[in-house]
Amino acid sequence: MSELSHEPVLQPFPDAEWDEAAGAIIAPLGQALALAEWLRDDDAFLLDYCSNVTGVDYLEREVKEKVTKEDGAVETVTRTEPSRMDVVYHLYSMQKQTGPLVLKQRTNREKPEVESLTPVWRSCELQEREVFDLFGVNFMGHPDQRRILMWDEFEGHPMRKDYTEPFDYEWEPTPHDEILDKHQRGKVIV
Amino acid sequence: MTTPNTSPGIDLDDTTRAELERAGVIVSKVDYLYNWARGGSVWPLTFGLACCAIEMIASATSRFDISRFGSEVFRPTPRQADLMIVSGTVTKKMAPQVVRIFNQMPEPKWVIAMGACAISGGPFKQGYNVLKGIDRYIPVDVYLPGCPPRPEAVLQSLNYLQEKIRTQDIKSDPAFTKGRRQYPVPEFTGTDLEPPYNPEVWQPPANPNVKPLEEEATA
Repeated sequence: MSELSHEPVLQPFPDAEWDEAAGAIIAPLGQALALAEWLRDDDAFLLDYCSNVTGVDYLEREVKEKVTKEDGAVETVTRTEPSRMDVVYHLYSMQKQTGPLVLKQRTNREKPEVESLTPVWRSCELQEREVFDLFGVNFMGHPDQRRILMWDEFEGHPMRKDYTEPFDYEWEPTPHDEILDKHQRGKVIV
Repeated sequence: MTTPNTSPGIDLDDTTRAELERAGVIVSKVDYLYNWARGGSVWPLTFGLACCAIEMIASATSRFDISRFGSEVFRPTPRQADLMIVSGTVTKKMAPQVVRIFNQMPEPKWVIAMGACAISGGPFKQGYNVLKGIDRYIPVDVYLPGCPPRPEAVLQSLNYLQEKIRTQDIKSDPAFTKGRRQYPVPEFTGTDLEPPYNPEVWQPPANPNVKPLEEEATA
């Protein structure tokens, strides 16, 4: 885990959240670009290198939590966590030889839109394009947002959890798991 | 190695031939000479797609040395190459470019499909983004299985190809009679390539467990 403390971030950006479980700073809505610039330029961080950008797709899911009541009894509570989409940045400082600091931008699944951090770290450009390609996240302010891995005509975003791939099963002798399902459905053979 | 394609048309047994050779006379067919020369100077295309390409490169290094078999000159342009080693996963995005490069190669030309992915899609076969074998679009001469195949296997596949070259007949082989073979370059659509395969070079395998749609409708 990173030796960097998230505490100094909360001073200029009091709305930033700290996700303890993920060890990540969640950028406040609409301030991601400002926060990124600050992280890059502030003497406490000087995070001049963005090594990795990726997306995470969360479907709506049920979470079981243990809650300790007032009388000391432990109860398991089920609650529904709404769906969301995260874009994760791993930041390092080459000058200070520190890192990583994890920065997340959170958005919804239906119309995912986050701020592009390419103006701050040039290395985000291709990786944000990849997240756009595979997750369908729009990066506002990206200089050249188009598909990078799939071809331009491609429909859909394959890394989203609700993506259904085209049915182009080809017969194989020992199908198993999902391929077995396809095999049993397999009427089209190409 | 046996030398096929030497005796037809020339009624010489091996002893007579050897005797003549001792006297400094070589009796041969143009086919044989021509194929011998071509088989010994197969120039592959400098062209790699995935991890198999590393093994292909290794086969050109001094430890394995593909030049012992006359293939040392990896050409940087398809217009000077005889052999296309399709080394690695052919993604659907890359497939049209592979066909286009094949089209640019002059005759006679050969193709080695190297590795599980190039042969059939390999572990990615039922995925959405990988072509289920390059033989759907271009004719493959030698299938080289492995994941990835060792450089020795690359050399052996070259040997098989040379054997194949030695049996070619200049008068009837399509490489010499049909002009430069060119195949249609597939186009991108929303989900797949169009057409999904070239029926001229490949037909889908029949699924023995599934009846064709028409039969099912009538049953």
